[in-house]
Amino acid sequence: MAEAMIEFQSVTKQYQGGQPAVDNLSMSIDQGAITVFVGPSGCGKTTSLRMINRMVEPTSGTITVAGRDISAEPAAQLRRSMGYVMQSAGLMPHRTVLDNIATVPRLNGVPKAKARQRAAELLDVVGLASGLGRRYPSQLSGGQQQRVGVARALAADPPVLLMDEPFSAVDPVVREELQQELLRLQRELAKTIVFVTHDIDEATVLGDKVAVFAVGGRLAQYATPEEILRAPANDFVASFVGRDRGFRRLSFNPAESVRLHPVKTVDAAEAVGGNSEWALVLDDDSRPLGWASPRDGGGLVPGGSLFRPGDSLRRALDAALSSPSGLGVAVDGDGRLAGVLKGEEILALIEASRRQREEPA
Amino acid sequence: MDVFADTFIWLTSPANWSGSGGIPTRLFEHLQYSALVLLIAAAVALPLGMLIGHTGRGRVAAVAAAGALRALPTLGLLVLFALLAGSGLMPPVWALVILTVPPLLAGSYAGVASVDRTVVDGARAVGMTELQILFRVEIPNGLPVLAGGIRTAVLQVIATVSVVAYLPLGGLGRYLFDGLVLQDFPRMLGGSLLIAALAIAVDLILAAVQRMILSPGLSTDSRGGRKSAGDLAAAAPADADLQGGTA
Ligand SMILES: Nc1ncnc2c1ncn2[C@@H]1O[C@H](COP(=O)(O)OP(=O)(O)O)[C@@H](O)[C@H]1O
Ligand SMILES: [Mg+2]
Repeated sequence: MAEAMIEFQSVTKQYQGGQPAVDNLSMSIDQGAITVFVGPSGCGKTTSLRMINRMVEPTSGTITVAGRDISAEPAAQLRRSMGYVMQSAGLMPHRTVLDNIATVPRLNGVPKAKARQRAAELLDVVGLASGLGRRYPSQLSGGQQQRVGVARALAADPPVLLMDEPFSAVDPVVREELQQELLRLQRELAKTIVFVTHDIDEATVLGDKVAVFAVGGRLAQYATPEEILRAPANDFVASFVGRDRGFRRLSFNPAESVRLHPVKTVDAAEAVGGNSEWALVLDDDSRPLGWASPRDGGGLVPGGSLFRPGDSLRRALDAALSSPSGLGVAVDGDGRLAGVLKGEEILALIEASRRQREEPA
Repeated sequence: MDVFADTFIWLTSPANWSGSGGIPTRLFEHLQYSALVLLIAAAVALPLGMLIGHTGRGRVAAVAAAGALRALPTLGLLVLFALLAGSGLMPPVWALVILTVPPLLAGSYAGVASVDRTVVDGARAVGMTELQILFRVEIPNGLPVLAGGIRTAVLQVIATVSVVAYLPLGGLGRYLFDGLVLQDFPRMLGGSLLIAALAIAVDLILAAVQRMILSPGLSTDSRGGRKSAGDLAAAAPADADLQGGTA
C-alpha cells in the first residue's frame, strides 16, 4: 500500500448561495503517484484541486499534506511548495520564458543567475530548445507554453504537482505527446501529482488512480483506471466511462501472446518496382522505413504505428490497422524489426481475453 | 500689422529670455507648479486606483466620484479655493489636485484591472503575495493603460496650471493674463505656443520612457516572430512512428 501524501477529511466547499461545489469529500492521495480527478464540467474537480494549495478555502473539513494541516501554513509559502500548472499556462507575458520558469526559486530567494541556470536545465527536461528561453510567452505555440508551465511548476523541485486540465487547450496530437512526456518525467521524478481532466481517456492513460467525480462534487468511484473500466461502481460511472470502454480496456492487456511472423524485406534501393507482394523497407540497421508497394512502379509508402515490446493489445491492433499492407510492424527495444503482426490474430486474442474476463464474473 | 510676425519677434527677443519675468523663469515656475500638483495627486490617486484594480472592490464608487470631480469647472474651483483658503500657492494647487485625481485614478484602476485574470491567478497560485502580484505582475503588465492615464493627467496639468496666473502667481500663464490685460496679442499667442510646446515635449519624453520600460513581451511587434523555425525545432516528436518517403 502506497503512503498517503494528501488527505481530504470530510471536506465541503459551498460557494455563496448555491449547492455545494464539493460535498463531504474524503479521500487519500498516494505519494509518488499520479491521481487523476475526472468528471463532467462543473462537478468540483478544480475546486477540490485548488483547496490543496489554498487557492480556495474549504467551508468545512480538513486537508493535510504530508501529515500537516494546511490551514495552519501561510498560503503563499504553501503554494511555493507545490507546483501548479493550469489550462492556459498562465505565464507572465512581460517576462521571458527563462524568467517565468525561475519565478518560484526567485521568490524563495535563490540568486538570479542560479535560478536562470536551473531554468535553462528545465527547458531541456520538458523538451524545449534552449533558444526558446529568451523568448516571451506570446512568441510560443500553445503546446510550448504548456511545457513552460510544467517547467515552471518543477523549478523549485516541489514534492507535489497540481495540474488543472493542463493539456486541454492543445490539439490532440500535441496532447498525446505531452501526456507521454509527463509519464516519462514522472518515471524519473516520482512526484505526487494531482491531475484534473474531463477526458476519461486522458485519465486512464495518466492515472495510477482515478477519482471519478459526479455532479455536486461527490466522489462516484476511486480506483485504478483498469478497475473503473472493468467494473464501474454505478450507472453514472458506467455512462461517463462510455460504451467503447472495451476498446479502452485493451490498453491494459499486455500483448505478449501475439505471434510475430516473418516478412519479406528490401532495402531502400530495391523499394522501386519489381516486388510481387508488399515488402518492408529497412535501413542498414534493420530499422523499418516504410513499405514497398507491389502496385505499378512500387515506391516507398509511409507505414503505420509501431508495436514495441510491452505494448498493449490496443497498440498491436493500431499497428495492424494503420499499416498499408495490413501487417503490423513489431520492433525490438532498439527499434529493429522483430516481425509482423496479423490483424485477424490480434482480434482473436482480444475476443479470447474478453471471454476470459467476462465468464468468471 | 501681422500678429504672427510680431509673435515671432516676441518669442525671439532676447529681452524676453532673461530676468524675473523672462521665459526661462516662467517655464521653470510652470514646471514646478505642475510637478507639485502631479506629485500630490499621484500620491492619492495611484495607490487608491491600484488597490481598487487589484481587489475589484469599490470600483463603482470610484468611477462615480471620478466622474463627478471631472465635471467641476476649473476656474470656478480655483477662485473658490482662493476665496476659502486665502492667497498663496497652495489653494490653487489643491484645486488643481482635485482636477488631476480623476485621470490618474481611472488610469491606475483600469491599468491594473486590464491584466489578464488568469495571469494574476497563476502568479498567486505559484506563491506570490498580494503585494508581489501588484508590483511584479499587475503594474508591469498594466503599464500601457496605466501610462496612458498618467500622460493624460500630465498634459492636463501643464495646460491648466496656467490658470494660477489669474490669482496672480507665476508660470507661463502670466503671458496669457498679462497679454489680455495689455491687449498684447503677440504675448498671448507666444505664451500659448510655449505652453503647447512644453506639453508636447514632456509627452514625448514620457512616451520614450514608457517605451524603454515596457517589456518587449507586451509590445505587439514581438508577436510577429510567432511562427519562426524555432517552433518546429523545439517540439521533439515523442513517437517515432514510421515516416516513409523521407529516407
Ligand atoms: N469562484 C466561484 N464562485 C462561485 N461558484 C463557483 C466558483 N468556482 C466554481 N464555482 C461553482 O462550483 C462548481 C464546481 O466548479 P469547478 O470546481 O470549477 O468544477 P470543474 O472543475 O469540475 O468543472 C460549479 O457549479 C461552479 O459553477
Ligand atoms: Mg475545472
